[in-house]
Amino acid sequence: MRTALFRSMAALLAAGGAALLPAAALAAPTPSPGATPVNRAGTSFLSATPITAGQPVRVDASLGDHLYWSFPATAGQVHEISATVTFPKGRSGASTWTVDVFDGLRRRQACTAGAQTPTVDAKASNVVLGCTLREVRPWAEPWSADPLPGTYVIRLSVIDLPEPDLGAPIDVDLLVGTIADRGASADDGELAAPLVPNTKAGTVLNAVPPVDAEADDEGDSLADWLPDLGSRWVWTGIGGALAAVAGVFGFAMTRRPRRR
Amino acid sequence: MINFRRSSAVLLGLLATTALAGPVPAQADEETAPEPPRVELVLDVSGSMRAADIDGRSRISVAQQAFNEVVDALPEETQLGIRVLGATYRGQDKKVGCKDTQQIVPVGPVDRSAAKAAVATLRPTGFTPVGLALRSAAQDLGTGATTRRIVLITDGEDTCAPPDPCEVARELAAQGTSLVVDTLGLAPDEKVRRQLLCIANATGGTYTAAQSAEELTDRIKQLVERAGDTHTRAPTVVGGTSACDSAPLLAPGVYADREAFSEHRYYRVPIRPGQELRASVSMALDRAVNRDYGVLLRATAADGRELVRGADAGSGRADVLSAGLRWSATADDEDAAEAEESPAPIVEPTTVCLVVSNSFAPRPGTAATPGMPVELTIDVVPAAPAPDGPDLGRGWMLLLLLTVAGLITGLLAGLLTRWWVATWREN
Repeated sequence: MRTALFRSMAALLAAGGAALLPAAALAAPTPSPGATPVNRAGTSFLSATPITAGQPVRVDASLGDHLYWSFPATAGQVHEISATVTFPKGRSGASTWTVDVFDGLRRRQACTAGAQTPTVDAKASNVVLGCTLREVRPWAEPWSADPLPGTYVIRLSVIDLPEPDLGAPIDVDLLVGTIADRGASADDGELAAPLVPNTKAGTVLNAVPPVDAEADDEGDSLADWLPDLGSRWVWTGIGGALAAVAGVFGFAMTRRPRRR
Repeated sequence: MINFRRSSAVLLGLLATTALAGPVPAQADEETAPEPPRVELVLDVSGSMRAADIDGRSRISVAQQAFNEVVDALPEETQLGIRVLGATYRGQDKKVGCKDTQQIVPVGPVDRSAAKAAVATLRPTGFTPVGLALRSAAQDLGTGATTRRIVLITDGEDTCAPPDPCEVARELAAQGTSLVVDTLGLAPDEKVRRQLLCIANATGGTYTAAQSAEELTDRIKQLVERAGDTHTRAPTVVGGTSACDSAPLLAPGVYADREAFSEHRYYRVPIRPGQELRASVSMALDRAVNRDYGVLLRATAADGRELVRGADAGSGRADVLSAGLRWSATADDEDAAEAEESPAPIVEPTTVCLVVSNSFAPRPGTAATPGMPVELTIDVVPAAPAPDGPDLGRGWMLLLLLTVAGLITGLLAGLLTRWWVATWREN
């Protein structure tokens, strides 16, 4: 059914002449106004090109390249990635594409919706990929694989194709959109540091480093003690007040009006 | 309906600062400015470049035009060199012809007019010693802490093997200095494509089949630009061992190593109580392997007890396969944390062993050495304790529930009071 959809889409595009509008416009995310378009892509986790949600990407590449971008995410957000690969030239056979998403620890992330690995036949003039991620949790146990705040890496690649097609030019359009942002409460935990990969070159140590005098984490200011808006304390406090008002109102309803 | 929030620069800044908040490595980071990006273009000027099959022009003239445009558009800080192969020897002696490679523009700040003049004099001539040219180009680029990039432009397969250019590329990539070879085929046939793909795969580079002058120019420009963007992100080379005791001790950062098929490699990371270990590993598929494969990263205690693992498996075409894990000292390590508060605050860091293993399998004829590239990322950050949120609630349903409960309580209290007052009056 999916291939049928693409075939009809391709036919539509062909019939509509060379009006090669990026089909990304069909997908849900839209570029945010004023965002600077990106025309670069990295080719490894280390060299992934940083982008932000709403920033459109358009880059020329070769069929067979593995293209990497990274974007930041905070707790409560849900991201949707949509990508369109356009083929200016014909190909000799069907090809299968994939958009993989990894968190800051290079752990594979699941897509909850979207055409993550579409296959197109040789005649198709483009292929549309999509992936909706899970909601980013504010905290998770170290042993879990839940999506956490930090950097996410997108990898777009072709995973199956006839070898002679490799190296041909392609145009890639990509857009990351934040489709929901529920925020997060500090009550639900917080990571001490988001999952942002350390990209500095490492240092091999000669000995276990001595424990330096721990900098005492002072700064228990008043602001730390006050519950933040949206915390359980505030919600429950307001609920209690409403209950009291409703109780008085209910009590008053049972008095006879004539007694007044 | 769609709610976009542009992630602010503030957030990025915050992420960057917190990422750097790990423990300070024993040696201070070098404060020197990073090296400029170093790129060498390697151009095939063998006899076959005479063929006039790109937009009706000869391959060499297309390449010359592309080089001129690339030199014109070169970013200021990029150091570019140009090497040619098969440019001078006209004879038929293969032994001599296969040593025919010269650097016509040395790697350094580019004198644009001199570079263009050197390119303009090239005439298609001799053999195609790709392997030797790659080896010489790697020497031209020198060694250092940043990534070097070679852009190989050729139209014909190597006529001088051995050495096989793909083997040469793999050997160069394993030598320590980070090196990427991007390949461009001019109107390539099947053999050329195979060879260039093999070279690109072996070094983590890309392969492009250029069919027009414009494609060739745009691609070289893009590659030179990419070299400038990404050359500083190069890992430190480390050699993992086959046992935990002798494994290298790693500070936070990125490391590169090589691992053979079915090998286990050990590394150690010191973790203090209250810290969290974050590690990820990527193994690159730099050669032909069997269809299904996997990579496993395990964190074990010094006695071999497993703490946590990260794994991933895949099949088919891919560039890398990666896995990651988090671990923080808890439970039995809490005693150590309490000991910290005692008068003698000597806390021995827990040393966590990281074991990288793989389930790649070679295809018949696939070389087993050098091992496949492994990239290891280590980070140590403050641990995030489990949230001890109060036993309270939040949300609109809670407010509704409390209000309705209050209303019912008020009504009941009112009715009860009425009934009680009424009965009291009667008596």
